Amino acid sequence: MEKHCTDSRVKGVSTGTTILAAIFDGGVVIGSDSRASMGGEYVSSKTINKVIQVHDRIFCCMAGSLADAQAVIKAAKFHLSFHSVQMESPPQVIAAASVLKDLCYKNKDELQAGFLTAGWDKKNGPQVYVVSLGGMLISQQVTIGGSGSTYIYGYVDAKYKPNMTKEECLQFATNALALAMGRDNVSGGVAHLVVITEKGVEHVVVPGDKLPRFHDE
Amino acid sequence: MFEETGPVWLSEEVKTGTTIIAIEFDGGVVLGSDSRVSAGASVVNRVMNKLSPLHDKIYCALSGSAADAQTIAEIVNYQLDVHSIEIGEDPQVRSAATLVRNISYKYKEELSAHLIVAGWDRRDGGQVFATLKGLLTRQPFAVGGSGSSYVYGFVDAEYHKGMRKEECQQFVVNTLSLAMNRDGSSGGVAYIVTIDEHGTEEKVVLGNQLPTFFDQ
Repeated sequence: MEKHCTDSRVKGVSTGTTILAAIFDGGVVIGSDSRASMGGEYVSSKTINKVIQVHDRIFCCMAGSLADAQAVIKAAKFHLSFHSVQMESPPQVIAAASVLKDLCYKNKDELQAGFLTAGWDKKNGPQVYVVSLGGMLISQQVTIGGSGSTYIYGYVDAKYKPNMTKEECLQFATNALALAMGRDNVSGGVAHLVVITEKGVEHVVVPGDKLPRFHDE
Repeated sequence: MFEETGPVWLSEEVKTGTTIIAIEFDGGVVLGSDSRVSAGASVVNRVMNKLSPLHDKIYCALSGSAADAQTIAEIVNYQLDVHSIEIGEDPQVRSAATLVRNISYKYKEELSAHLIVAGWDRRDGGQVFATLKGLLTRQPFAVGGSGSSYVYGFVDAEYHKGMRKEECQQFVVNTLSLAMNRDGSSGGVAYIVTIDEHGTEEKVVLGNQLPTFFDQ
């Protein structure tokens, strides 16, 4: 594993991004950076929001080909709202993740998109799911993705603790994103974070100058 | 069809896909490495010490192609011996790093090895030099090898100036453990070398003694 591809040039779109989701005591935090770059040389947007709402208490972050991811999410949103009407109740987080997984698995030859899904539902509380490129669906307590995630595996392994408080988890997520943005040249901008709990949804945006600084900055 | 080609790993290049780290503290340096040597998907040596002495108080950490890295270390070891006889005293860390850099730069197309040089000398105390691809730069700490990508975030967050020797040793062990858990090319045991004005101390931390972190 000496050589690993950290971005996907196959479809001409870079996965230049850092995304993260983590469960804390009572809710979940999902976040991403805000940079869109073309070929690693030009920043086409400094403030793009990569955290998409698919239902009241369910959010997704996308990785891989942005075009594929957007198309899949559009289809998933429709499926999910239809499902929610049929069930006469808000959808479970795993339902949202399964819809994404079905689309990714059944079209695995054409698509190149992966997702982090995070949310809260009444039955199972806060949950985080990962749908990988080929259509595998797993549930995790904390997960990271995108090209910038390589640099923070060690940090996340060392610093994540189950059952943190909301403030601790927000600080952990902000630190992790800031560290990844500091090392990955195709991640950057502001940190978009969304906190989902039983009570509701809270958006937190941390602008570049308010991001935590570490020893060499 | 029935020819004897032998095991797959014999035809793969041997790499020390690895994690190496060196950090400076007030009065010396600490170097650390994992112990895995891989040839393709096989581990051909699970207990290799990648911290190689260049002189009494100067060590280097090897990464990249095992053959290239070992050869550079041996050549520089010889050149330093000659140099220290010529000047009549212990060589400076900067001199050792410069010798490594000269080889890395001159043969940069043919070689694929990265050595981190660290040690203690009377003039400047503990020093760490990175020599990646032929550059020479002194840094408070340096990480290298395939496993280093996974721990950049951790070392950026945890390093601070003014760490004492024991803190540095713990920092090195933690970093190696995290990297070995995530990098398929790093693993085995952790070798730690501490160099200060009093001498050089080599230590091994076995696999089951390494610190553990959050595992899903």
